[in-house]
Amino acid sequence: MGFFEKLKEGLRKSRETFFNHITKILKSRRLDEDTKAEIEELLISADVGVEATEYIIKKLEEKKSEDAFGTLKEVLIEILSKPNGLNIPVEKPFVISMVGVNGSGKTTTCGKLAAMFREEGKQVVIGACDTFRAAAIDQLKVWAERAGATFISHMEGADAAAVAFDAVNHAISKSKDVVILDTAGRLHNKRHLMEELAKINRVIKKVLPNAPHEVLLVIDAVTGQNGLQQAKTFREIVGVTGIVLTKLDGTAKGGIAIAIAKELGIPIKFVGVGEGLEDLKPFNPHDFVEALLAGDDNDNT
Amino acid sequence: MFEGLREKLSNAFRVLSGKGKITEKNIEEAVQIVKTSLLAADVSYKVVKEFVENVKKRALGEEVLKSLTPDQMFIKIVRDELVRLLGEREPLKLVHNPSYVMMVGLQGTGKTTSAAKIANYLKKQGKRPILVAADTYRPAAIDQLEVLGRKIGVPVITGDRRNAIKIVQDAMRQVKDSGYDVVILDTAGRLHVDEEMMQELEEIKKMIRPDEILLTVDAMAGQDAVNSARTFNERLEVTGFVVTKLDGDSRGGVILTIRYITGKPVKFVGVGEKVDDFDEFYPDRIANRILGLGDVLSLIERVERELDQEKLEKMGQKFIRAEFTLEDFREQIKEIKKLGIDKILEALPGASQVDLDTSEKELRKIEAIINSMTPQERNNPEIINASRKRRIAAGSGTTVQDINKLLKSYEEMKKLMKMFKKGKMPFGLKGFRF
Repeated sequence: MGFFEKLKEGLRKSRETFFNHITKILKSRRLDEDTKAEIEELLISADVGVEATEYIIKKLEEKKSEDAFGTLKEVLIEILSKPNGLNIPVEKPFVISMVGVNGSGKTTTCGKLAAMFREEGKQVVIGACDTFRAAAIDQLKVWAERAGATFISHMEGADAAAVAFDAVNHAISKSKDVVILDTAGRLHNKRHLMEELAKINRVIKKVLPNAPHEVLLVIDAVTGQNGLQQAKTFREIVGVTGIVLTKLDGTAKGGIAIAIAKELGIPIKFVGVGEGLEDLKPFNPHDFVEALLAGDDNDNT
Repeated sequence: MFEGLREKLSNAFRVLSGKGKITEKNIEEAVQIVKTSLLAADVSYKVVKEFVENVKKRALGEEVLKSLTPDQMFIKIVRDELVRLLGEREPLKLVHNPSYVMMVGLQGTGKTTSAAKIANYLKKQGKRPILVAADTYRPAAIDQLEVLGRKIGVPVITGDRRNAIKIVQDAMRQVKDSGYDVVILDTAGRLHVDEEMMQELEEIKKMIRPDEILLTVDAMAGQDAVNSARTFNERLEVTGFVVTKLDGDSRGGVILTIRYITGKPVKFVGVGEKVDDFDEFYPDRIANRILGLGDVLSLIERVERELDQEKLEKMGQKFIRAEFTLEDFREQIKEIKKLGIDKILEALPGASQVDLDTSEKELRKIEAIINSMTPQERNNPEIINASRKRRIAAGSGTTVQDINKLLKSYEEMKKLMKMFKKGKMPFGLKGFRF
């Protein structure tokens, strides 16, 4: 099942909606005040945020299109269309560090990413750098086993940077292809915890100067405007290279990714659409925008 | 982005008012400002619309209190309405013996951590709680609860690791006549649109007839909270919320949304990763936070909790008698450092990393200056003349200007204290900086 189908399926599950209701209204309308108000509500209800919404509506006004919603789609896709391929180095291992606030889905995404690389025939090492949360190591271990990845861990409470160091070293000595580091969830306003992340990066660089090649910020699609602040701070401290937008199989639209792409230019690289190993998909702006505008009628019933 | 609500509102009214009354004309802009601010705080679009309509109705024609300007009056109306909607602080209602508390919510909202925090909270109140780990889906969720249970000294029932219903049945048997009076049940995170998983919760509810069904909600959640909170409430009739991750810097507008949509109270808030980082719900503080006015009250409380009480009392008395010296000032800086400036700034609206860095630098500088003074100078700063200033500057590696700045701030503070003493409360300590 494709990503868009899966999303639609999720929406279908939600209730016996007249699903095409909104899609119908969306077709060819001029950008009059009513339409503007409708677009505003649609975007804000999807967590796009006031600022980005104002920007988008201004863009629409400039384009003077006869088909407001068609143009809206174009504008959104344009904002989201950034090069989002992985920055894979010539020499292995390819080191990916997963970061994000608590509960965004880092550990699950690590498992799914590992499975994706395994599917491509790559040798994967997973490093359990979340040494803080109770049983986080056990949780990741289960995912590593499911995906068939080598698992490197220390004790709970150990130095996260030391685990990262070991994982990368192990990959180098055994010439593995990919290293995925699962870090502990942390709120971006906790300065000392953010410092710890920076330290992990510094330590990895000692063994592999260009690593980590990807720092993926995991953001829950449910996240509101705070997501922008998350992206800003994580980028400032560990140089985020891409976003993984998780839990898109619910009713949340993940519009905050649009604000992030517009404001910070960080590309979305993957989306999570379920709890299975295979439920991680490369990001496709077109599908994402379709799902975002397809709206359900939960609010109107 | 939002620290300016007060300023923006005062501008809006300054342009059009001066009459001391809130009118149809001057209110539009103010309403727009509040609307934008609430949306930026993640209050649901529909809730915001209704909220500002209500505020408008209440504000129109209302006489501005003599002591307040129209913008202050408007903030007061908005704030009061917000506090009213956020509802009262409500305790857990545990009537049966044993009582069942059921934790439900989306994935990653903090059910397991909250379950342990509630157990810890009840234990401290003299209850005998026991935890049940019924999250059979997320890998190692049961281990996580076991670890937390050990940490707080509360037993955890695990049972058959594959079947949540069976775990609950086992737990019910084990708990009966065991002396444990509250059973806290951790369930798997699930999407509200997952029919099968929602049915599982309904089934568990039927079995245990819980006194409390608490929905955990992430304080960073956005607009979709309308859908999830409504569905969970429709399916399970939740009895209240636990709002988690409030130690972040999100404005927490979702709290207004879920209250408004379901009418159910917020029972607890999570403010950190440790089991003690758990608090009751104070609507007035949350109202300030949602409006971007800063959670200053919680900050004060935290400062009080962590500062040395005895020293604080002595300091307070000196404050009242306006005998506060630079020596005391130095003591205070030490205490602030102990508490962590980052923690203080976290709670203030609009504080950024830049503020943090400059504040730290400033404090270090002030400390160095005071350290370079003689005890006599510290206790009688008025004797510090030009040559003393030069000596202090050289000793502390600062400039005479820095010393002047410090002494001026100190004088201002003393004036303020005298006002306190006379019982005149200055409206806001605006403009005070060291």
